[in-house]
Amino acid sequence: MLVQTLFFIFSTILVLAAVAVITARNPVYSALALVMCFVTSAAIWLLIEAEFLAVVLVLVYVGAVMVLFLFVVMMLDINLAELRQGFTRFAWLGWITALAVIVEIAGVIWARGGMGIDVARGAVPHPADYSNTLELGRILYTQYAYPLELAAMLLLVAIVAAITLTMRHRPGLKKQDVDAQVAVKSADRLRIVKMEAEKRP
Amino acid sequence: MLQTLINAWGSLPELVRDIVWILIITVIIIISVALLTLWERKVIGWMQLRRGPNRVRIFGLLPGVGQPFADVFKLLMKEVIIPAKSNKVLFHLAPMITLIPAFAAWAVMPLSPDLVLSKADAGLLYVLSLTSMGVYGVIIAGWASNSKYAFLGAMRSAAQMVAYEIAMGFALVGVLMATGSMNLGKIVDSQAGGIGAWNWFWLFPLFAVYFISGVAETNRAPFDVAEGESEIVAGFHVEYSGIAFALFFLAEYANMILISALAAVFFLGGWQGPFQGYPGLGDTFLGAPSFGWLLLKVFCLIFLFLWFRATFPRYRYDQIMRLGWKALIPVTLVWIALEMVMASYHVGPWGRPWYH
Repeated sequence: MLVQTLFFIFSTILVLAAVAVITARNPVYSALALVMCFVTSAAIWLLIEAEFLAVVLVLVYVGAVMVLFLFVVMMLDINLAELRQGFTRFAWLGWITALAVIVEIAGVIWARGGMGIDVARGAVPHPADYSNTLELGRILYTQYAYPLELAAMLLLVAIVAAITLTMRHRPGLKKQDVDAQVAVKSADRLRIVKMEAEKRP
Repeated sequence: MLQTLINAWGSLPELVRDIVWILIITVIIIISVALLTLWERKVIGWMQLRRGPNRVRIFGLLPGVGQPFADVFKLLMKEVIIPAKSNKVLFHLAPMITLIPAFAAWAVMPLSPDLVLSKADAGLLYVLSLTSMGVYGVIIAGWASNSKYAFLGAMRSAAQMVAYEIAMGFALVGVLMATGSMNLGKIVDSQAGGIGAWNWFWLFPLFAVYFISGVAETNRAPFDVAEGESEIVAGFHVEYSGIAFALFFLAEYANMILISALAAVFFLGGWQGPFQGYPGLGDTFLGAPSFGWLLLKVFCLIFLFLWFRATFPRYRYDQIMRLGWKALIPVTLVWIALEMVMASYHVGPWGRPWYH
């Protein structure tokens, strides 16, 4: 009962925050509402005892990805009026996407119900010493070791590609060579000149 | 009398006892923060051949001990000035957002062999995710202030936090490999057996990386470019005054204590005694695990924070990024690879019976 009440509280907050992401006038508010979405979905995952996934969601998305998002959104000086001009032109695309997602979710629930799986039932409670992380690790590194390695390689390729695409050597770009800065000696910068004392005329 | 009290305590429902413990721990942390600010000023004073604060006394005794409390009352009396063009809601929210993760992380901290609020199995991840959330207060404060200096501080802090969080995470992966658990209590348990069995010996580079990243994550000198008094005045909290400013201060010092306590748990055996299992000494209180050992370790690690501040000049921003990405992360990667070799030959912590 407590779990159900908590679920409804969290999902209400989640839905409201998700609506706020797309309706907020200020992009910084949108990004912060998205942070709220992630945190509440982590809380919902905790309710179904997926603690590893919940904590990793907060760690990766809230702790790293959204920080970078906020970084970019705050740096951009977006002209909101200009941005909103063509907004309704693409509304039909948004509606189609939303409809497709709803149909997909309904399809999954319907198919599951058809196969005799009770979707309304909660998670099966585990004994206190059950370790979610251990089980996940065991499956990932034994049964799904090759797919995991492939996914890792894919990410590595994506990282290399992102860096090569963005790292341009523009002419006239000033860079700091830290090794040269560290290696510098006082003799390179400072010259002590010996000179006669000035005499009074 | 005492027995009745203990019985009454035992008969309380678990929820009530947990709440009482949470209150006790929070109050102790807040008082420690107050004393830590004094201790910092004293230590830095001595290092610079000054006396430090020595005027405000409590009941005419202990010169200087009243200083932090006098500071708190002064800040409470002062007006919280809100900049006219700031974002009011976020401006008020930011100090609280900074403060919450600093306290919430104590929930999984094993304080003594029997005292830990939550024996969460993913405790290590929980702590890591909470320490990474502290940056939101800084970013939001910097943006909501609507001030160039505050904004520059916030941007620096965001980039720095993302960079050092990775090094910190990798260092903790090493701890995870050596102890075989993400439960902080089990991590301490696995380091039983005296000073040589603690993680610091086999994971020394990771210990160094973890502590350096910890200093960077708490925005302390020499990594305090987010504040940078000499260039951007006071960085993200330049527009804050009164008790709102004090909350940022409280969070910074609470984070220092937290990082020190976590470093003690991960690498210095937490509440384990250093002479445990040694002939002669091990049978006395010196070998017994207790809260006192954790306190002593935390105290020594916090002293390092103060020592750094009095010793090192501030890093330049590009040097911080360079250190994080090009020095600390490669060190952790190499050491994790070395750990794999050690694990396959059952060296050090991997030779213990539980590993097989």
